[in-house]
Amino acid sequence: MELKLKADFDKFISTSNFSNQEIKFKKEALDNFLKNGFPSRKLENWKFSDIKQIIQKNIGELEFYNDYNIENKINDDIFIKEIEHNKIVIVNGKVEQLSFEYEESDKINLTTLDNFNQNSNDDNSLLSLNNSFSNKIYNILVKKNYSFKKPLIIYQITNKKVSNTNINFQLNFELEENSSIKIINLSDDNSEKNFINNLFNFNLGKNAILKNYKIDKKNNTNIKYDYSSIAQKENSISETFIFSSGSDYIKNEVSCNLEGKYSSAFINGIHSLSKNKHHEIRTNTNHSYENTKSYQLIKSVIDDSSKSVYQGKIYVDSKAQKTDGYQLSKAVLLNEQAEFNAKPELEIYADDVKCSHGSASGSLDEDSIFYLMSRGLDQKTAKKLLINGFLLDVVEKITDEEIKKLLKNMIGLN
Amino acid sequence: MRDKQIENLKDYKYGFSTDIDSFKAPKGLNEDVIRFISNIKKEPDWLLQWRLKAFKRLKVLEEPDWQKPKYPKIDYQDLYYYSAPKSFKEKPKNLEDLDPKLLETYKKLGIPLQEQKRLNGIAVDAVFDSVSVATTFKDTLTEKGIIFCSISEAIQKHPDLVKKYLGSVIPITDHFFATLNSAVFTDGSFVYIPPNVKCPMELSTYFRINASDTGQFERTLIIADKGSYVSYLEGCTAPMRDENQLHAANVELIALDDAEIKYSTVQNWYPGDKDGKGGIYNFVTKRGLCKGKNSKISWTQVETGSAITWKYPSCILKGDNSIGEFYSIAITNNHQKADTGTKMIHLGKNTKSKIISKGISAGKSDMTYRGLVDISKNASNSTNYTQCDSLLMGNKCGAHTVPYIKNKNSNSNIAHEATTSKISEDQLHYCQQRGLNQEEAVGLIVNGFCKEVLQQLPMEFAVEAQKLVGISLEGSVG
Repeated sequence: MELKLKADFDKFISTSNFSNQEIKFKKEALDNFLKNGFPSRKLENWKFSDIKQIIQKNIGELEFYNDYNIENKINDDIFIKEIEHNKIVIVNGKVEQLSFEYEESDKINLTTLDNFNQNSNDDNSLLSLNNSFSNKIYNILVKKNYSFKKPLIIYQITNKKVSNTNINFQLNFELEENSSIKIINLSDDNSEKNFINNLFNFNLGKNAILKNYKIDKKNNTNIKYDYSSIAQKENSISETFIFSSGSDYIKNEVSCNLEGKYSSAFINGIHSLSKNKHHEIRTNTNHSYENTKSYQLIKSVIDDSSKSVYQGKIYVDSKAQKTDGYQLSKAVLLNEQAEFNAKPELEIYADDVKCSHGSASGSLDEDSIFYLMSRGLDQKTAKKLLINGFLLDVVEKITDEEIKKLLKNMIGLN
Repeated sequence: MRDKQIENLKDYKYGFSTDIDSFKAPKGLNEDVIRFISNIKKEPDWLLQWRLKAFKRLKVLEEPDWQKPKYPKIDYQDLYYYSAPKSFKEKPKNLEDLDPKLLETYKKLGIPLQEQKRLNGIAVDAVFDSVSVATTFKDTLTEKGIIFCSISEAIQKHPDLVKKYLGSVIPITDHFFATLNSAVFTDGSFVYIPPNVKCPMELSTYFRINASDTGQFERTLIIADKGSYVSYLEGCTAPMRDENQLHAANVELIALDDAEIKYSTVQNWYPGDKDGKGGIYNFVTKRGLCKGKNSKISWTQVETGSAITWKYPSCILKGDNSIGEFYSIAITNNHQKADTGTKMIHLGKNTKSKIISKGISAGKSDMTYRGLVDISKNASNSTNYTQCDSLLMGNKCGAHTVPYIKNKNSNSNIAHEATTSKISEDQLHYCQQRGLNQEEAVGLIVNGFCKEVLQQLPMEFAVEAQKLVGISLEGSVG
């Protein structure tokens, strides 16, 4: 793999126009990845999902060279018609379209980054891989006191032109004081057996609000790793919603750093799995300042021989007095072969805190099914009704009414 | 290096004499030392081979390092793996020689003078010993057919039982410390309860003659045959003086059809001084196997001592309808560290497990609950309920919860709850208003917090444990 990586990297550098500074950084990132390789179950974070093995088993040899010079046509059919929105269209890891047609152009500053975000480059080798092979990174800066009028939908598309390829993509958001943005991240996968490695960075200033909804619904055979890093200043709010269902394998990782007082982070997620899909959500909330709040609700419905994993960690620094942390994960197993693994973790160094977590897993309640059947529903409908109710609980947490309605329709929960 | 070897040889030469007063195996861990231990205990050949196999395995094993409390590297070649009980010459002559702090604690716990001496290895006068309760108990047990003796004695007298069950729950291929124990264990307890016998009293290491010296590498084996019941107590509330820093004991429990074992531990070893110097490393492997149908194993532990406590008493629920329980109170103060919890491995149908864990950390200590609930594919209709609560006192300590939950069966239910909080000002205020001082108030609230676990302890133990909880937290408020 090492030779392949090096050769692909050289090919990539020679066909793109990066500055010397960028190349130097990309080389360092590659070296770091070469040193550590793909994470395996030996690492605590990857205990339940050995991505090294999963890639080997499902893809085999990966192609790391991704030709960003290929032009891709965008089919308008894929765009959401129900709501007016701004767009970013990414095809095979390359940004093809950026349009902020509903916003005031002087309130948004769009640049490409030349000094990279080096966060946790050392302990997460997939971020190193991303840093070394991703194309130019866009930085979207929302200026002070500006709120996005319409949501921003990020379409992440793959097409048949790539297969067995590693696609790396990175995007940066900076929200200045009192600004706000709503993002829907929609995957539309038409390719087969790619390893897609996404990294989203969010920097939230004072009073900023981020609402981020990630939808993976279309059935596909890709393997995905999606990392969102959210840094939050005083009084800022982040809301993350994850619907994970379509891909064969996904690990969604959300890391929130609550660095200012009264900041709060909400992460809600749904796993709706069938066949032999294997999905994981890992949340990491760091309370590093007083009076911060975090809340996580993750629900899984697991059918056939699929596997759902939730790893959640609440970390409370000794400075972070008056922290309020709550975490709940629930799973329904519908089939003998289904599997649910959880590791809800609390690491607490401050005494004046209220932190708790709960985790429950099991089958659908027989009494409830019986009750519904006695009211005239057949078993299948009764089960469906119960599952819908179970998952709707999470969707109802979405604070934006318009998007909630849209997503309900999209997911098929009413 | 060469000098050291020569030094070793010298030790070897003299060390292997049979002078009762001071025989000692030479320092270091090697095959000769294992042969020496086996030889001196007159063990049969199969056991020696078993030990050597474990040692062979140990050589390829690595010391685990995933635990939260880190400790300085232990030089395993610098330890004595066998030394006979110390002669009275080396032991403290009377209570005045002891640390006054220790005596004060004894007083608070209300431990009789004779007991205090015994605990510290002070020569107890013969009269006291011969009429001790222990001897009377022994007769009752023999009548019922219960075997309760040291494991060395069991190896001589009941080799079939030992051979059948030793290592059947903690195999020699297990983790580093368990394998180390298998290779070099010196003594421990052996209990066998014959079919359909209910053990009429609480068995305790304490009553077993010759058990006053806790070994560094203890091995305990308890077998409850079909339909039997036993309640076993380990340790005692009084602080123990001990020279060995590393303790790596193995405890194996086996419950056959319809049998029940209740294992209670109160551990109060030397935790080190206020600045975290010294103190015992308590790295114990405890595992129970519910082998038969309808069997039950229940662990109860009160952990207040040791500088580092690192243990996970576990249940393997193999028999259908078997039940595993774990009740724990762990208290850390000053610089103590604890990483403890349990593993419930559900293999049989209709198996049930319950985990109640209460952690209290104060001072600059660190406490981790780490547990595993694993329901396998075939364990249909199994349930688990876990509750772990942590109480923090002060902002220099830490409390962590790391549960692993694995559910592979759709007919089984797992529920897990955990909370972390501090003693509420309101509760404290209320108690103080009623005339309690702050320390008493804290003691009362903490005892309430621990009540669910304290209730599980045998009666006479519970009272002492309750006092111990209060004492362990002294000086942690204000």
